[in-house]
Amino acid sequence: MNPAIDRRKLLGVALLVLAACALPFFIANYRVFQMTLVLAYSIALLGLNMLTGFNGQISLGHGAFSAIGAYTAAVLMDKAGMPYWATIPIAGAVCFVAGFLFGLPALRLEGLYLALATFALGVAMPQILKHKSIEGWTGGVQGIVIVKPEAPAWTGISQDQWLYFFTLAWVLLLFVLGWNLLRGRIGRAMVAIRDQPIAAQAMGVNTAMVKSLTFGVSALYTGIAGALGAIAIQFVAPDSFGIFLSITLLAGVVIGGLASISGAFFGALFIQFIPNVADEISKAAPWAIYGIVLIAFMYVMPTGVAGFVRLLRARLVRRRGAPVAR
Amino acid sequence: MDQLVHQILSGLATGGIYASVALALVMIYQATHLVNFAQGEMAMFATYLAWALMQAGVPYWGAFAITVVSAFVLGVAIERIVIRPVENSPILAVVIVFIALLFIFNSVAGWIFSYTIKPFPSPFPAEPLFGNRYLSSHELGSMAITLVVLLLLFVFFRFTPLGLAMRAAAQNPVSSRLVGIRVGWMLALGWGLAAAIGAIAGMMVAPTVFLEPNMMGGILLYAFAGALLGGIDSPGGAVLGGFIVGVLENVVGAYVGTELKLTLALVVIVSVLVVKPSGLFGKIHVVRV
Repeated sequence: MNPAIDRRKLLGVALLVLAACALPFFIANYRVFQMTLVLAYSIALLGLNMLTGFNGQISLGHGAFSAIGAYTAAVLMDKAGMPYWATIPIAGAVCFVAGFLFGLPALRLEGLYLALATFALGVAMPQILKHKSIEGWTGGVQGIVIVKPEAPAWTGISQDQWLYFFTLAWVLLLFVLGWNLLRGRIGRAMVAIRDQPIAAQAMGVNTAMVKSLTFGVSALYTGIAGALGAIAIQFVAPDSFGIFLSITLLAGVVIGGLASISGAFFGALFIQFIPNVADEISKAAPWAIYGIVLIAFMYVMPTGVAGFVRLLRARLVRRRGAPVAR
Repeated sequence: MDQLVHQILSGLATGGIYASVALALVMIYQATHLVNFAQGEMAMFATYLAWALMQAGVPYWGAFAITVVSAFVLGVAIERIVIRPVENSPILAVVIVFIALLFIFNSVAGWIFSYTIKPFPSPFPAEPLFGNRYLSSHELGSMAITLVVLLLLFVFFRFTPLGLAMRAAAQNPVSSRLVGIRVGWMLALGWGLAAAIGAIAGMMVAPTVFLEPNMMGGILLYAFAGALLGGIDSPGGAVLGGFIVGVLENVVGAYVGTELKLTLALVVIVSVLVVKPSGLFGKIHVVRV
């Protein structure tokens, strides 16, 4: 890898982080809230992308892990009186275990069969959350209302802005960790399993372990995103974690770009804002507009926004006569 | 005991619907190795069409025929216009297009026909046939229609040149093209047939679940499960899988309670798949290294 290019990339990331820090001071509180959700989605999308994009295991049920994370955080705050910031790592840990355990039987399943198994998980989750035996904790159909955390007095910023920075800090932490994981030995093993499972095994990759661990880490990311989202929305209910959320997440990953880290942000912006745009275009059939936009994206950029950007950059570089940077 | 017999029989009746939709899924799967998530919504849309025709005064079987033919044309058109441009894209991009189609059909149906629940007539008499105590005549009739559709498809694929060409195009596109089969059109025909089967299933299920834009959601899931349970590359297996899922769902619903019946049925199916990953009757894939 060319160090000069790497330095330019680093500079770009630093500028983006600066812009993200400045953003909440220039937009209305409601927009800040929306951007907080975008950040939370981007974590979930990175998690799902590890599984689907890098490791090649499809999941139509990641909404379920988001639900587990959100409910863990909500129950801990509501019943155990824990502060909001302490619940996030616990939500992540619970989801890691849940994802790892689900990943074990999923080892036997591939492609469509895995899609069905995860789909079943996604469909079952709202029903399980509504079940009477755990109603004492989950609040049944009613869900749980969460108190919005106050910003510390010394910062002098609004609650929405504080939550935005809180989420942004998690985004930075998890993206740096994820980037490190994916470019290292484990990341290469994940990609090797996706492309050539038999060859990977022959090279000494513990396929079963890496696959279930990927499931666990992916669930951890999605669970943390669910917890952060729940704190921002101040409410959890079974029906907000239906199969629709799972499908939206998968669409976000594909739109953003499979096996791309920056794609998570493009995908998150898409799933947060395109439904609103569609609603403004046509009040009568907003989801038809959403569907048309989805198809249009897949026609124009079948490898997602990140793939499209990569293509554009490669073209620009070639036109300038410089060798194509890889 | 009496109740169990009743549950199993009416499970077979709903299973027939799942079997038809599962068959529609298999039709498209065999040719493209993809599951069409929009299959259920396409069927729902066709059922609305039948409803609108009947509102306009067309008699039931006339509306039935017109609907099946227009569903076929719609299926062919979708393949030609929407799916063809993404044929060579990554698999997940095509899956997203299917999901987009699902959204579009659902939303447009709600927009044109509104989301209020509508009753849909059954072509069969109200009193039970042959004086039996277990099945209503609609259940019996829809089962019979499912079986007739199956038989017709079997005859079509087994004994007609066109059916043979379609099977060849699905199995080995390159060689088929070399012997002069128009593979692209065979794919489109497969879509048309799948849409027509779906339309029949939709019209058979609408009298029991009532007509509304979301009526096929659960059915598609069960059909998908049935197709995988039987083995998605075997049409006969998919049909049997559909029947098994129908019975399982009904018996679980009756004895364990309805609130977790979807969950439990799915758990059973997934456990079967963990033991037999290619389904009960599917071919085991052997990959050459």
